[in-house]
Amino acid sequence: MKKKNNLKEPFVRIVKRDNIKVKNIILIYSIAVIGGLLLSGFISMLFSDKGLFDFFQSLFEGAFGSDRKFWLLLQDTTLLLGASMALLPAFKMKFWNLGGNGQILVGCLSAIACMFYLGGKVDDGIIILIMFFASVFAGALWAFIPAFFKAKFNTNESLFTLMMNYIAQGLVSLFITIWVKSGSGVLAPIQYGNIPDIGNKYLLPIIMFSLITIVMHIYLRSSKHGYEISVVGESINTAKYVGIKVDKVIIRTMILSGAIAGLVGFVLAGSINHTINTSSANNMGFTGIMATWLANFNPLIIIITSFFITFISKGMTQVRKTFMFTNDSISNIVVGVVYFAVIICSFFINYRLVFRKKEKEEIKK
Amino acid sequence: MKKIIALILAVAMLLCFAGCGTKDTNSDAGTKSDLKVGLICLHGDASTYDKNFIDAFKEACANKGLTEDNYTIVTDIAEGTACYDQAADLAETCDLIFADSFGHEPYMIQAAKEFPEVEFCHATGVKAHTEGLANYHNAFASIYEGRFLAGVAAGMKLVELYGDEEGKVSNENAKIGYVGAFPYAEVISGYTSFYLGVKHIVENATMEVRYTNSWYDEAAEKTTALALIDNGCKLISQHADSWGAPTACEERNIPNVSYNGSTAEKCPKTFIVASRINWTPYFEYIIDCVKNGDKIDTDWTGTLETGSVEITEVGAAAAEGTQAKLDAVKAKLIDGSLKVFDCSTFTVDNKALTSFVADVDDAGDFVPETEVVETSGDITFVNESAKRSAPYFNVIIDGITAVTE
Repeated sequence: MKKKNNLKEPFVRIVKRDNIKVKNIILIYSIAVIGGLLLSGFISMLFSDKGLFDFFQSLFEGAFGSDRKFWLLLQDTTLLLGASMALLPAFKMKFWNLGGNGQILVGCLSAIACMFYLGGKVDDGIIILIMFFASVFAGALWAFIPAFFKAKFNTNESLFTLMMNYIAQGLVSLFITIWVKSGSGVLAPIQYGNIPDIGNKYLLPIIMFSLITIVMHIYLRSSKHGYEISVVGESINTAKYVGIKVDKVIIRTMILSGAIAGLVGFVLAGSINHTINTSSANNMGFTGIMATWLANFNPLIIIITSFFITFISKGMTQVRKTFMFTNDSISNIVVGVVYFAVIICSFFINYRLVFRKKEKEEIKK
Repeated sequence: MKKIIALILAVAMLLCFAGCGTKDTNSDAGTKSDLKVGLICLHGDASTYDKNFIDAFKEACANKGLTEDNYTIVTDIAEGTACYDQAADLAETCDLIFADSFGHEPYMIQAAKEFPEVEFCHATGVKAHTEGLANYHNAFASIYEGRFLAGVAAGMKLVELYGDEEGKVSNENAKIGYVGAFPYAEVISGYTSFYLGVKHIVENATMEVRYTNSWYDEAAEKTTALALIDNGCKLISQHADSWGAPTACEERNIPNVSYNGSTAEKCPKTFIVASRINWTPYFEYIIDCVKNGDKIDTDWTGTLETGSVEITEVGAAAAEGTQAKLDAVKAKLIDGSLKVFDCSTFTVDNKALTSFVADVDDAGDFVPETEVVETSGDITFVNESAKRSAPYFNVIIDGITAVTE
């Protein structure tokens, strides 16, 4: 009896798709996004007396409702883009850098430290210059440490980078305790070393991280380094046989990764917040992972995924306002449903389900 | 296939138009008032601290005839530029905006400067009286009086559990614990008044304070409470916003005196009483001011009398006669015959406190400048929350051990 069952074809099998047309990819994603949003809309309706129309109205109003909102949408998209660019080279190398948050945070902390200690004593322009190098150096250092241990002792990079996040948070807490003598745990915005506006206050990250994205695209695609990264990512042994120094590539790439993360911290500290707390990285080190994976490690598509993620987050803030969701759990469910739909559909782009019946027909033919 | 794509695009376009189109469809809802008020919260209502504001805000709006069309609540707004962005966004539609967290202050001031026609109010802030803006205001409450009352209830519980025939409690059993957030005046003032309340009943009480160095960290609050219990504390209270400490106490069957609201529902065995600031009177006050065009106080301190300082119903675990005692002490606090920070009831470094200069004006230098010890009648006391609404008492008095980690 058992044997017979085993011989039977499974009811459903998962088969890898060979090549799927771009048109179909767009179609599947569109269905997922719209389906996910509709589902979130219906869930929101369960907890409120507002309707589906209000849901979509708020969603778009939150992202595009005013000039300020639109600029913020662009600014936050490019910040997330920056965080994703920091993760991208490491991910291409299959070095799972989960320490984006920590690398951004130490970048931020170094910039704030310069503002705090040098403010008023040195010219603002010089402070900003020092901040820039301090942030980039700190971010790079925070990435270098796990890379060094990975290269020399083959430690697990995911755990190592993850733990570095907590050390970074601890450092931020420690410095706030030292700096804020009243003990409130809140560092007031520092007036010194603020990066002057270029055009308007939102433009700096927009320009900076758009440029980095283009450079990263060229770097990964057309440079020798980019080639080495992809070979190391494919197979470390192949890399060794063709004479690539794997240790060197790992360390070099992670330093680059951390430096870009540090740059995100520099912009957060110097241009946007002028202060710091343990959640200043705004979880972009993790959100960036989603943006990067959804885009299948393609820097240009990351622009779209970053925009989408930021759009959902901005739109949902407005939905929460309109629907009076003061409870975090409901809004987390609603956002989660959208992401879930999108992530599930990326599965259907790579694989298809083959059902038993269909299989039999094929055999008959 | 093309048809499907066309259909999807059409739906997407339609939704875009829906988003961009009619902006204010709900103004014809037939509301009594066209006043608009906004509330900015650091967390959502999972945090007891923010829930306290959200509930009071809704209640005040309902009492003043404001419907959901008249108010907006935004939650999870970080203490950074995000607060300014939200405040500026709300300022385009609202007449009055309130923010609930200390770190929101600089960003509220930034928005207040940009939108002079909108009123900005902020809880726990310290800068309104020095900033000199006509449309920026601070508010707090004399919560030390509520903490004192909660301390009295805690003291009575200790006597019930461990007191001998004369009501004396041994030194070992008179030790209580306190989970603090930061070594900040608001916290220190809070636990000192709580401790003085306990001491009002149990003369030899001592208290161990440990900080979590976070305003909201459920895990840390829980482990800190457990560490205090392991260290021999017979009763726990806290200045922290999560369920961490109350649930730790419920697990170990240690009495708990809570803050911000009753925990009786989740912790029925150990809940004694909670003190809380009721923000409804303040919200009603500022709504009235804006409605009538009156000036809002730069610093507003709610009291027991205004109904801003509240003590919840005593829990099932409280000692017998607690309510009657609390009523008696409360009456004395209101008529002024009892002062919480009465200098004759405590010592600092084994000496009576005759002078205390507090850092009332926050110039960023952390240098104290204002004498706050006063004498009224025959009582010499620290006059807390009189020079500005936010607390400034930050002396560690004898009997309290504060562990800074």
